[in-house]
Amino acid sequence: MTRRVVVTGMGVVSALGLGRARAFEALREGECGIGQLTRIDASRLSFQIGAEASGFEGEDHFSRQELSLLDRGSQMALVAGREAMAASGFSPDDAMQLRTAVVIGSAMGGMNTLDDGYRQLYGEGKARLHPLTVPRLMPNAPASHLSIAFGLKGPAWAVTTACASSNHAMGQAFHMIRSGAVDAALTGGAESQLTLGVLKAWEGLRVMSRDGCRPFSKTRNGMVQGEGAAIFVFEEMEQAQARGATIWGEVVGFGASADASDIVQPNEDGAKRAIRAALEDGGLRPDQIDYVNAHGTATAANDRTEAAAIHAVFGAHAEQLSVSSTKSMHGHCIGAAGAIELVATLMALSEGVIPPTINYDAPDPECALDVTPNEARERSVGAALSNSFAFGGLNAVLALRAYR
Amino acid sequence: MTEQSADAATFTDEDIEAKVIEIVASHSLNDSQEVTLASTPQDLSIDSLGLVEIIFSIEETFDVSVPYNANDPSSSDFDISTVGAVVAGVKRLIANQRAA
Repeated sequence: MTRRVVVTGMGVVSALGLGRARAFEALREGECGIGQLTRIDASRLSFQIGAEASGFEGEDHFSRQELSLLDRGSQMALVAGREAMAASGFSPDDAMQLRTAVVIGSAMGGMNTLDDGYRQLYGEGKARLHPLTVPRLMPNAPASHLSIAFGLKGPAWAVTTACASSNHAMGQAFHMIRSGAVDAALTGGAESQLTLGVLKAWEGLRVMSRDGCRPFSKTRNGMVQGEGAAIFVFEEMEQAQARGATIWGEVVGFGASADASDIVQPNEDGAKRAIRAALEDGGLRPDQIDYVNAHGTATAANDRTEAAAIHAVFGAHAEQLSVSSTKSMHGHCIGAAGAIELVATLMALSEGVIPPTINYDAPDPECALDVTPNEARERSVGAALSNSFAFGGLNAVLALRAYR
Repeated sequence: MTEQSADAATFTDEDIEAKVIEIVASHSLNDSQEVTLASTPQDLSIDSLGLVEIIFSIEETFDVSVPYNANDPSSSDFDISTVGAVVAGVKRLIANQRAA
């Protein structure tokens, strides 16, 4: 008897606002969370835009003592985790705490802490750093804080695979539950990376847009960085049903692959293999998929390669697919990208609303897909994929089914 | 850096050409003699990351800011199709800077 895995709660912080309900509304309305960077001195950058979670202030959610332990990324993870746990109604007893995993993606770790520390040390010549610098910046801090906050004592770890971190994390959490290693997991991703140091590093790669994120558009000219967190409660289905939990969707497949080719250039073969692996793991035929939440970074190379991979895997069915890149709205949240995009995918599955690719202003023959341009569309979605293809050539795709 | 910037102010056209060729050669693991003004990135097996590193070296050496977008090099306001085009672009950037 195969164990099945369902999503019973989610919480999210992003440039689209705080909370699942706000995120669903913004995704439905095609709101753009990208704007002028305000938290840093962007005049030193060649681009001045980003997707800041501008409504998120740690002081609104934590005491001063708590804040001294928490990088902004961990703050976002905890706020999203609180929402996910409260919404799911999952309140594990002592035995269940031992059977609940925590698996959280983060590409970079506590970059605000690192940036502040380096500025003080090298820029200001300070003799000492804040004593909690190490626990604040370690990439596993969000996973550890979530485990501590909810007393979750099963296997817990952080996953780091750049832009695919949270898809790899959620895929591992899904497999742990399906295999019987645990019965539930708190999983997702968190990333707060909009510091001058990090953005300068992105600037160096010369793949940043100065004027907006336009995935799959002929006019696209690069990515826009974002920040945020999305955390989910994954549970074994019978357990969730027994306690009468709200079920947002079923996770059915996870596929991962490595390009083994280039450290930054995307690779169609690696993308195809990850998509096919997710379909196979989920027992899905390509023609059962209605929606693909694309990686869609709005770089020339990613979007062209991803479109080619989708055409190769889906063949004639590619024309029937609804595709979108919600990065056009919440920016590229790097280690949290797949998690925030799973919120969009679960909206499509649970509400029958395909979130749009906004800022779409000119078709690109090399990306000939129905990318749901500019406006959300109502469509009953039976099954969906969410793609993440990372720098380093590490790919991770999740397959989900509607729960009805 | 200060020293390099001081040098940049006095670079002659010959210096610029020699420096650009030196930078391209060092990033493409070719001898300077093998790099000519007609060489293309393809001739020298320079990939997109190599180009980004070369642009960075040019910016640091000449204290200029090169308008180059790796997403779509052909629409950038800086021609990288040959070494000669890069040399011409650098000369123009330096001249603009002196005029400013």
